[in-house]
Amino acid sequence: MAIITMREAISQALWEEMERDPKVFIMGEEVGVWGGTYAVTKGFLDHFGAERVRDTPIAEAAIIGSAIGAAMAGMRPVAELMTMNFAFSAMDHIVNQAAKIHYMFGGQMKVPLVIRAPGGGGRQLAATHSQTPDALFAHFPGLKVVAPGTPEDAKGLLKAAIRSDDPILYIENATVYQQRGEVPDGDYTTPIGKSKVQREGKDVTLVTYSKMVPYSMKAADELAKEGIDVEIVDLRSLRPLDMGPVIESFKHTNRAVIAEEGWKSFGVGAEVTARIYEEAFDYVDAPIQRVAQKEVPLPYNRHLEQLALPQVEDIIKAVKEVMR
Amino acid sequence: MEKQDYLELYHQMVLIRRLEETAAELYQKGDIGGFLHLYIGQEAVSTGILAARQEQDRVITAYRDHGVALNAGLPVNLIMAELLGKETGVSKGRGGSMHMADVSKNFWGGHAIVGAHIPIAAGLALADKMEKRDGVTICMFGEGATNIGYFHEGVNLAKAWELPVLWVCENNHYGMGTPPSKASAVSEIIQKACGYGMPAYDVDGMDVMAVKNMVADRLAEIRKGSGPQFLEVLTYRFRGHSMGDPERYRTKEEVKKFIENGPIDRYHKFLTEQKIASEKELTELQKKADKQIEEAVKFAEESPEPADDTLFDNIYVEDLEGGA
Amino acid sequence: MAEIIEMPKLGFDMAEGTLVKWLKDEGEKIEKGDMLADIETDKATLQVESSASGVVLKHLVEANTTVPIASPIAVIATEGEQVDLEQLLGGKALPAAKAAQPQESQPIPSAPAPGSTAASASVSQESGFIKASPVAKAIAADKAVNLAALNGSGPGGRIVKRDVEAALQSGSASQAVQSSPAPGMPAPAQAQIIPGQDTRISISRLRGAIGKRMQESNQNIPHFFLTRSYDVGSLMQMRKQMNEGRDKGNKVSVNDFVVRAIALALRQFPNINASISEQEIIQHGNINVGVAVALDNGLLTVVVKNADQKDLDQIGWETGQLSQRARDGKLRNEDIEGSTFTISNLGMYGIEEFSAIVNPPEAAILAVGSAQQVPVVEDGALKTGWRMKATLSADHRITDGAEAARFMQHLALYLEQPWRLV
Repeated sequence: MAIITMREAISQALWEEMERDPKVFIMGEEVGVWGGTYAVTKGFLDHFGAERVRDTPIAEAAIIGSAIGAAMAGMRPVAELMTMNFAFSAMDHIVNQAAKIHYMFGGQMKVPLVIRAPGGGGRQLAATHSQTPDALFAHFPGLKVVAPGTPEDAKGLLKAAIRSDDPILYIENATVYQQRGEVPDGDYTTPIGKSKVQREGKDVTLVTYSKMVPYSMKAADELAKEGIDVEIVDLRSLRPLDMGPVIESFKHTNRAVIAEEGWKSFGVGAEVTARIYEEAFDYVDAPIQRVAQKEVPLPYNRHLEQLALPQVEDIIKAVKEVMR
Repeated sequence: MEKQDYLELYHQMVLIRRLEETAAELYQKGDIGGFLHLYIGQEAVSTGILAARQEQDRVITAYRDHGVALNAGLPVNLIMAELLGKETGVSKGRGGSMHMADVSKNFWGGHAIVGAHIPIAAGLALADKMEKRDGVTICMFGEGATNIGYFHEGVNLAKAWELPVLWVCENNHYGMGTPPSKASAVSEIIQKACGYGMPAYDVDGMDVMAVKNMVADRLAEIRKGSGPQFLEVLTYRFRGHSMGDPERYRTKEEVKKFIENGPIDRYHKFLTEQKIASEKELTELQKKADKQIEEAVKFAEESPEPADDTLFDNIYVEDLEGGA
Repeated sequence: MAEIIEMPKLGFDMAEGTLVKWLKDEGEKIEKGDMLADIETDKATLQVESSASGVVLKHLVEANTTVPIASPIAVIATEGEQVDLEQLLGGKALPAAKAAQPQESQPIPSAPAPGSTAASASVSQESGFIKASPVAKAIAADKAVNLAALNGSGPGGRIVKRDVEAALQSGSASQAVQSSPAPGMPAPAQAQIIPGQDTRISISRLRGAIGKRMQESNQNIPHFFLTRSYDVGSLMQMRKQMNEGRDKGNKVSVNDFVVRAIALALRQFPNINASISEQEIIQHGNINVGVAVALDNGLLTVVVKNADQKDLDQIGWETGQLSQRARDGKLRNEDIEGSTFTISNLGMYGIEEFSAIVNPPEAAILAVGSAQQVPVVEDGALKTGWRMKATLSADHRITDGAEAARFMQHLALYLEQPWRLV
């Protein structure tokens, strides 16, 4: 076991997979010479060469569109969108092409594509560069959406995604690249479409993913001091969404909070809440609470931005509310 | 070229014509749903292009794809079955008129979002380049698609990376009902290619031999490493954009003028004048096509509908518990 | 001379009644005082007496029809009499009859009055809906816990899982847990669970009325509660002696002692033997003690009139008769009307103590627990003794704690010195 950062976990996964399979290559804005705007692919160009570490024009439709084509033709591209917000410029290719091609042509084409996209707010980049539109992408059958919350899962899920024959949106969160955690030694993958209990507890089920996983861990530590025992279920994949561990946990705790960084309306919390009510209504002991971003385009001002973003305190408050 | 090759081109064009005429009838009967874009008038384009390609050359086109499908070697029975939405269709009844493909014939579809397949074509070519294969990707699109961003991103990337693509703009003079003079910054589409530093050519799309020869030359150059090239094929569709087009944007006289000089009639005249084929031989080929279409309709009508329990098949290559 | 029989008003708050069944057919002879029809009111199934003799000329309403009070329901005529019905009924409107429909099912507390004081905010104002979380409901259904008897500790008084679990664990919750009947008590008729299948029972008028009445009482009356333990050693000994040699149907019960004791105690407390209307408090001139009687499908209060003037045997006999009529559905209006004070006694079920909801418009109700042998300290020594706890629920608009406490104290005089009762 080594303790590494999220950034290192992602970087290691890419490196190891490129070493393992010559068909794996990376492409995106500034992934080569620059080494990645978040330094995830630093050193890759020198080691793997420009053919497999491709700097692209700033043209997201071209990046994702050509990555789809390469994937259809047997390559295993990992396309990096500099930020999740730029996915909108490639929206058609992500949700209308990548997500549909396997089905629409009767299963004869495969699109083994990974799209890496760091999202999230909190860096004073203002409204267009700070979004968490995860739920939006999870809406589309045909696309798989994963969003790890720990270095272990970041590495394992990326390796699994690269080996998968399906198109996968791999969502990172730029504010937690420095988060540290234990990672198993050697080669391993984390199954796609499997939720995981990251912390056991008996009083309340806290469902979360991505950046809100470390936030939830902190909240759980605080709540433990007050005698509230929080169980944290990390979704890890938004589509396919694995409700098994959530429902199992909820059947014991009867209370749930869902924490996400994106907006509340039509969000991950809405989906998880609905599924709990559908699958475990008779186990409900209190109205389910959602912690999410306030419904506003994120402002530049540091204070206002933090005000709009979900904080550890918000999770604590919601857990206490649901424990009333 | 052997006599048989000449006759084969004639047969293919007539077969496309019969297929489309029959499709129109079936559409009006309600047997074909959705949109139906007929290729009548443009038969020489795809017939000429596909006659010039080699097996390793990929073809990808837009939604007016029946002719390309036939020329690429897809069995007419399976094309007809797809039009009728049957399980035996080329895309198992999941794609319909606009989404035909057969990877085994190196035909990569049938894409219905205008221009979206252009960056994908670049990606197909990228894979061949990275894998050091000598195939060229032939990407067909209408002149209307040259106004959308995907075109510019796609052709730019292909040139920047010197990818082996032949861009074929099928200029049938109307993007739905709007001519380039109203929709495009430059009325000569070929000028756009110049802006991307590509060798650019044009050809009479109503002359199948001219198309074939032109494309053969272009493919040979690209195969030798010229980088992407651009070919504008001037053609005309005799029917509306799709079924139910009121055709207010053009006069009957204009259409009549093109029909009188149609690609099949021209080639017919060429074959007889050059004494390559007799009237009788050509009549035989027409009868053969009639019979093939008759059998295709029978095959399609007798084919089974997709079973209900196959609804979720092929959403993913790797199906997971809980489905999509 | 033909006579019209009208839907009788069988209770002060009765507005309509459902004619459940005709007991005399058209053309059948009838004597004045004979039972003509079964009527179901909010409170009970009662029988309508004929106020005339002759033959039943005409049923004006069909069975299972609900009609307002004072609407004509039948015509009695002398035999052979020619009657012009139109002329006879004249201005009297025929009942605006409406077919009796199953009342819209609305969840109500499954066992109301006795011991339901704690239902409080968990029962919503409009519908009688119990505010409980789904899991609380599921556990309650599984473990036969009466949610209506629980206090919700969740937001807005919602009953949550911890409330049900606490009720299951703590002894005090025994009132909430629907106990199986004590030996010798009639077992509820249909208490059988069909595995995997829910049973839906439409809410009877009686059940609906209990719910409505108790809900109103619970929400509108400012209740307060006083509990006192009485030394009933002498009473128990006296009862034992009295019952020696008596046959079973003739024995005096603890409840008879309590009724008598209450009746005598009330003589000194006109403000407890009282009721309230919008403008005034009525201190009643008679002491009529109501006794809550459990039925298979609800409960009723039967009334021992002028109980302070009746001896123990008389009280015992009367309550026995009334209870039997209640269980048989043969109550008459006067059997259930006019109580001025009510007793609810669950002692025979082994209930130690509980509190009850005031039976409006009365001032108070006494909830009587079981007489039990318990360790007591007398003159510094530990002994066994008989104790019985009783809780008075009183309407604060009529009386106050001190007066109620003095009443409870005064009651001790009779319960602890039972010779005063004879």
